[in-house]
Amino acid sequence: MILFRNVTKVYSTGSRALDGVNLQIDDGEFVFLVGPSGSGKSTIIKLLTAELELTSGSIEVNGYKLETIKKRQIPYLRRTVGVIFQDFRLIDNKTVFENVAYGMHVVGASSKEIQERVPYVLELVGLENRGRRLPHELSGGEQQRVAIARALVNNPAMIVADEPTGNLDPQRSYDIMMLLESINALGTTVMVVTHEQELVNRFTKRVIAIKDGKVINDGMDGYYINEET
Amino acid sequence: MFTHGFMSFAAVCVTVACLVIIGGFSLIIYNLSLFVSDMEQQNRVMVYVDETYDTGAAKSVGSKINLVDNVREAVFMSREEAVERFVKDQGANETFSGINPSDLRDRFIVTLEDNSKMEETVEQIRAIEGVAHISDRPEIAEGIVTIQRVLNIVSIGIIIVLLVVSLFMISNTIKLAMYDRRDEIAIMKMIGATNRFIRFPYFVEGFLIGAISGAAAFFMEWGLYDLLANRIMRMQSMQLLTIAPFREVLLPMVLTFGVAGLFVGMFGSVMSIRKFLDV
Ligand SMILES: Nc1ncnc2c1ncn2[C@@H]1O[C@H](COP(=O)(O)OP(=O)(O)O)[C@@H](O)[C@H]1O
Ligand SMILES: [Mg+2]
Repeated sequence: MILFRNVTKVYSTGSRALDGVNLQIDDGEFVFLVGPSGSGKSTIIKLLTAELELTSGSIEVNGYKLETIKKRQIPYLRRTVGVIFQDFRLIDNKTVFENVAYGMHVVGASSKEIQERVPYVLELVGLENRGRRLPHELSGGEQQRVAIARALVNNPAMIVADEPTGNLDPQRSYDIMMLLESINALGTTVMVVTHEQELVNRFTKRVIAIKDGKVINDGMDGYYINEET
Repeated sequence: MFTHGFMSFAAVCVTVACLVIIGGFSLIIYNLSLFVSDMEQQNRVMVYVDETYDTGAAKSVGSKINLVDNVREAVFMSREEAVERFVKDQGANETFSGINPSDLRDRFIVTLEDNSKMEETVEQIRAIEGVAHISDRPEIAEGIVTIQRVLNIVSIGIIIVLLVVSLFMISNTIKLAMYDRRDEIAIMKMIGATNRFIRFPYFVEGFLIGAISGAAAFFMEWGLYDLLANRIMRMQSMQLLTIAPFREVLLPMVLTFGVAGLFVGMFGSVMSIRKFLDV
């Protein structure tokens, strides 16, 4: 569960990226977080993975209170949140299988657990035949699936994706969204950050819209940005 | 590991060079201290007692000498013993065979605690009633002690500088290795790897650089030392300088190189890792 209460983030440059944000995302939900470029979407994600410290307010993520979290607890918080980025962030000289296995390796899984789990997750994202390939031998959509597999491999409570389809064509983007939806159907909370209005409107999901660091809409009525506000 | 093969190699080379020089200074200091303690024994002060004192009175002068602060011991030698020693030393030399005990004075062979205070101590002994004459060679003793002191200070300075150089070298190597893999480190952090887990390979790399350098430097030092010691011993036919065999300092040297190598290796990597992970 994610709970933001009156969260403000002011960067050291003085830029007020978030201004009194309140939001709650319950376990098992699928949520789009939308808004124009520079509205504060990435800041929200960086706050909830404790990559940034909040300026004021309070944030709770999967039971961790981020305003008081200890440095050494942060890795354990991150294990509950699988993160996906626009640029995939795969390790170039590792195969697909190794990239996904790496996600388990760095949290101390045994090789037996890895051998059992990785094929299952690769199948889940539709890459069961791509395990021996290197990332650059795959299409962008496939690379993003590898990143999704790696995010999923430790069975996190939620998946958070920051513009996951920003580098993909519309069909591949749609396929990725379908994949995230099916992952959500298996019980994982999913939050997708995007500014692609059409894509969002092809699904009937909860949409949280932010602009200038404020939540301006939150509901099931599709992508909604009132340009006048 | 050793992603930066060349950098790691350079770090090992520089660290070895630093450690060899550090070891060299330690060995020079050690040999000099042996030499000084040798000199100390040769450099005893001879205190002669007024010849009008009989043996009993002369011995009582000794107890006064013993009261002087810097005196370790004052060993009495009567005029008879002195003659005996003198004759023995001169061997069959006829010129001295007719020497009489009454021609000589009773004396004390005085050893000092601290050679550097010799002049003061000699003055104090001279002031004692019944002391007729003192033969000493304070210039030599003080000269050597001064050399030793200067060398100690210089060596400590050089050792510190070289340790810092090695530390810097290793820490930079590790920093570069981490910088090279910053994307991978960012990914590890994102996935939830602990800092300890991320640090470990870099710590091992620093440790290995230190350990390899320490071992290599130790054997190089041994070889160089034996070579130089042989040369020096052969050069001077008089054998004025005795040089301690390396075996005598084997254990302390193993410890020195081991501790110094591991210290710069581990501390160097910890230094750069700290900086890097806190960004
Ligand atoms: N590291 C940073 N330092 C200073 N300002 C930043 C930084 N990152 C983002 N910002 C500012 O914060 C605001 C929100 O940025 P961001 O959260 O990246 O927006 P979005 O992801 O919605 O495009 C922007 O005005 C941006 O310029
Ligand atoms: Mg962004």
